[in-house]
Amino acid sequence: MANVIETQALTKQFKGFVAVSNVDLKIAEGSIHGLIGPNGAGKTTCFNLLTKFLEPSGGRIFHRGEDITGLKPAAIARRGVVRSFQISAVFPHLTVRDNLRAALQRQNGLAHQFWLSDGSLAVLDERARELIADVNLSEFQDTPAGELAYGRKRALEIATTLALDPEVLLLDEPMAGIGREELPRIIDLVRQVAKGRTVVMVEHNLSVVANLCDRVTVLQRGEILAEGSYAEVSADERVRTAYMGSEHAH
Amino acid sequence: MSILAQQSAATGELRSRLNLLTLAAGAVAALVAPFVIYPVFLMNVLCFALFASAFNLLIGFVGLLSFGHAAFFGAAAYVTAHAAKVWGLPTELAILTGALAAAALGLIVGFLAIRRQGIYFSMITLALAQMFYFICLEVPFTHGEDGIQGVPRGTFLGFVNLDNNLAFYFVVLAIVAAGHFAIWRIVHSPFGNILKAIRDNEPRAISLGYNSDSYKLRAFVLSAGLAGLAGGTNAIVFQLATLTGVQWQSSGEVILMTLLGGIGTLAGPPIGAAITIGLQTYLAAVDFPVTVLIGLIFVVCVLLFRRGVAGEILAYMRKRG
Repeated sequence: MANVIETQALTKQFKGFVAVSNVDLKIAEGSIHGLIGPNGAGKTTCFNLLTKFLEPSGGRIFHRGEDITGLKPAAIARRGVVRSFQISAVFPHLTVRDNLRAALQRQNGLAHQFWLSDGSLAVLDERARELIADVNLSEFQDTPAGELAYGRKRALEIATTLALDPEVLLLDEPMAGIGREELPRIIDLVRQVAKGRTVVMVEHNLSVVANLCDRVTVLQRGEILAEGSYAEVSADERVRTAYMGSEHAH
Repeated sequence: MSILAQQSAATGELRSRLNLLTLAAGAVAALVAPFVIYPVFLMNVLCFALFASAFNLLIGFVGLLSFGHAAFFGAAAYVTAHAAKVWGLPTELAILTGALAAAALGLIVGFLAIRRQGIYFSMITLALAQMFYFICLEVPFTHGEDGIQGVPRGTFLGFVNLDNNLAFYFVVLAIVAAGHFAIWRIVHSPFGNILKAIRDNEPRAISLGYNSDSYKLRAFVLSAGLAGLAGGTNAIVFQLATLTGVQWQSSGEVILMTLLGGIGTLAGPPIGAAITIGLQTYLAAVDFPVTVLIGLIFVVCVLLFRRGVAGEILAYMRKRG
């Protein structure tokens, strides 16, 4: 299977502190790839580097074999590599519908026109409604996103990400802050959105990782400690010692 | 429909009802006012209302606090006055030239400032505006501390005699109304939706593929141009362009007006401008330092009515349902 995202010796230093060191990631097309590790392992930094929200100190990033290390974050998103954030990222003062409209506007060439009425955005509403329905937010279309419960904000964030029809979806702790009773719904949602896409996810909840991920990379102190299926990495003695603890090994 | 969704729909309805009510009340007041109040004072209020609204376009709908907006107001005043007096351009073209010059200056200032955020952005706009102040002080065409005096009012579109204060008032009203319509259109446009998204969560907007700096720069130029439209009109009203227009105090005043009226509301800045200019004008004759009183009002407003006049009214009406 071809690699859709690949890094070579990806490194990030913050004033002498090495957060990510010589990471060679290979994300296979169509897979759900988990990035796990204890706090401070460099998972989110890795995400920020892949999407260029942080500038690497060294190394290269490739998308479909093309070097994208020099691109800006917006340009990476326009290539179809789209991320979500650890803390739910919505536009709180916009309604749920306007959040979706904002996500859909760019591909439809409706983002620069300051002379047109916002009524012109109504052409996006059919697709917006579909996406809103996909994440069960239909009854909140006119609700400002800031007034939604946390789990619903997460769902809205996924809907706005899907609005871009991304080729690669990077989900930063999609289950963070989600109540136990909402977890199955979000897991289903991630599985559903992963169809026909590549998903890279940072996740602390190991049962979610075991449930969803085809392949897992374990990071420790900014370096790759182990790689493989969940069963393989959880059986790795170094991983068990460094991160999971023996109770997760079986 | 859930209670939350019902409440949101009701708030939207309330907001549009309030907007219509404010618009109707404002239109009636604007048409009647010059027969009751001195038109030159009203023209000054209108110009500052547009200036504050242009500033509010940035702070209220993009989240950018420019501390140098007087540069655009003052630059347009100088260019308009020079164009009308020295080049002999018709009044409407002189004002348009002033607004375009302010937009061009906005492009330069915005290009340099937009790369930084928060307080750094504000400080860069202040520093550049101060540099512009010293340029205005030194270049010959501004006539230093004397300013450009005796600017002819001329005629509007060749047939409205602007020496008649009442006629000029209605011309200014039309210009300011057009400026406000432009702001309303920008805010409620596809571009405006992206601006609000950037204001709410810039990293998220970037992650959706938007080059936020480019959007912020365009909003900055539009805001500068509209502030220039206000400054140019004001120069023709008073037949004068001076350093007062480009001073940092003017940048502070427009922030005050917007805060008093209500940041992020379309009706707020004109209300704030009317309160501030009204106090400045009518207390000028009283033996009491006006700036102290305005400062006190500002402190009370920030402590007790953080949403400003229009924001508080909206919140009150929302509470009453």
